[in-house]
Amino acid sequence: MESRKTSQASLQIENGRVICGGHWTARHLGRVNRQLEHMQWPAGEVPVDLSQIERLDTAGAWLLHRLREQLATQERTVELEGVTPETEGLLQLVARSGVNVADLPRPYRAGALENIGHISLRSARNSLGLIGFVGEAWLAGMRLLLHPGRIRWREIAYSLGEAGHKALPIVGLLAFLLGIVITYQGGVQLRLYGASIFVADLVGLSMLRELAPIMTAIIVAGRTGSAYTAQIGTMKVTEEVDALRSIGIQPMELLVLPKLLALIIALPLLTLYADVMGVLGGMVMAKIQLDISYTTFIDRLQVALTVKSYLVGIGKAPVFAAMIAVIGCYQGFKVSGSAESVGRHTTISVVQSILAVIVVDAIFSVAFSYLDI
Amino acid sequence: MSTDHSQSAVIEARGLSMQFGRRRVLDQLDFDIQRGEILAIVGGSGSGKSTLLRQMTMLLQPSAGSLRLFGQDTQHLSEHERLRLRRRFGILFQNGALFGGQNVLENIATPLREHTELDHATIQEIAAIKLQLAGLQPEDGLLYPNQLSGGMRKRAALARAIALDPELLFLDEPTSGLDPLSAEALDDLVLQLKASLQPTIVVVTHDMDSLWQIADRVMLLGDARIQATGTMQELVVSQNAAVQRFFQGPRGRAAMSGATRET
Repeated sequence: MESRKTSQASLQIENGRVICGGHWTARHLGRVNRQLEHMQWPAGEVPVDLSQIERLDTAGAWLLHRLREQLATQERTVELEGVTPETEGLLQLVARSGVNVADLPRPYRAGALENIGHISLRSARNSLGLIGFVGEAWLAGMRLLLHPGRIRWREIAYSLGEAGHKALPIVGLLAFLLGIVITYQGGVQLRLYGASIFVADLVGLSMLRELAPIMTAIIVAGRTGSAYTAQIGTMKVTEEVDALRSIGIQPMELLVLPKLLALIIALPLLTLYADVMGVLGGMVMAKIQLDISYTTFIDRLQVALTVKSYLVGIGKAPVFAAMIAVIGCYQGFKVSGSAESVGRHTTISVVQSILAVIVVDAIFSVAFSYLDI
Repeated sequence: MSTDHSQSAVIEARGLSMQFGRRRVLDQLDFDIQRGEILAIVGGSGSGKSTLLRQMTMLLQPSAGSLRLFGQDTQHLSEHERLRLRRRFGILFQNGALFGGQNVLENIATPLREHTELDHATIQEIAAIKLQLAGLQPEDGLLYPNQLSGGMRKRAALARAIALDPELLFLDEPTSGLDPLSAEALDDLVLQLKASLQPTIVVVTHDMDSLWQIADRVMLLGDARIQATGTMQELVVSQNAAVQRFFQGPRGRAAMSGATRET
């Protein structure tokens, strides 16, 4: 066992002789290395005594070698004393393969302009790729319609369960809590005007038209879109996608279309569920905070809500679903090389699909207000 | 480079066992690994080689028995003592296990940065020495792991394993997945490292040629036990049925005739 006290490397000058001692190993050379920079070396011939060194490794040998080179440029010569055969071996080794840091190749760093160019090109290529992917998926879908026997019902059912059924608890919980929050915040204000009952309008309309569809889409983007990317990406890394192609199964047909279709079915259903749970949350909160009974609340809801407001909300869901599925699958196919790439593309997929959902929702809002819906 | 270590066994295993559920993977192994030797651990798939390697590198606690590294019992150690022990050995993982976010030189520099107080420039220089010791060029240091070929990845990983001049080096299937020429070059490299840095080397391998090339001693695992230990010359003439099955197959014989032709 090496003991703590004797382990530090040491370096001192006595009567014009440099004496090295202790463990000249990478772990214990920190101090000596700093010391070397501002040593006052004797002029001319510098005798360096190594006989008290207990252990020497490549790092220690490199420091000695570097010192020798450095002093040689100052017209000093280093005379090593007490060199064992092992030490000599290591010194020769570092002399052979040592490179000064100044001579090490440096990574190429691109300038700002070049980076902007690269990023623009990459984004353009990405967008084109996505459009191409949508086209491919569309073609594959059409082909499938011509040969309905090839539709993979089992895959669709499985995806439906994964994306839909298993998302029920989290979507339900979040919608319920959102309903509570809106009612609470709105109720505080409405009560001031003695218009507490209109809290039903508030929670009903906002939930059905906007909040339930967009919140469900965001949850699904995080939950299912990312899973799609990770699944397809992992299959790409392990060459499963190539294996599918090689046995004549189109990855598009097996991996993309069932997911796309399943999500287009599942998201509107989840949105409807979120509608119900959100309004339920509002109803419970209205009873607790504003003392509005359930029957009064539901009566008011029937006045406030129309089929149109319901359809406006639910109608957006399939569009969101298609975007989430397409972006998720596209990013999955863009994975290449290592497992690290899977993680990167999963992140990109979630960010892009949430962004897409919000942007498209905004476009819907503008369009609806123009059309006076 | 004095050898002030009283005992010459770097690893001592006594009654070392491993049990996963009801399956016994290692059953009461006793063995010593001597300072400065190259010990090869061989055995069929599922014979517990990897489990043993993970135990010796303190990545897995044995379910029974004791394991001493550098004379220290690995079972009752504080976190700090474990760390100190870990710094004394290097591991070449089977697939390299290079950090994907760092280039090769940074990978090699990582142990140096963590465990030494050397300045950045010195660390880079030492890393570059290790890079060249592992048979790579300084320019290769700028490459990222996903840009490396299989052989280069092994070399880069080996360079990282020897970053701190470990006294003990574990190599997990160093030549697997390499073409015969690269495999041979890697064997040579291991011998060179052995000559220059003089570590004790424990290598897990399937490669018969490798066994003849580099191993001082070979330990054959089978049925959760050590079937035989000895030099290759001893093992190929052994009368033990398990040993004969392993070494007397067509591959074993081809490797032997190759090795004996060379000598």
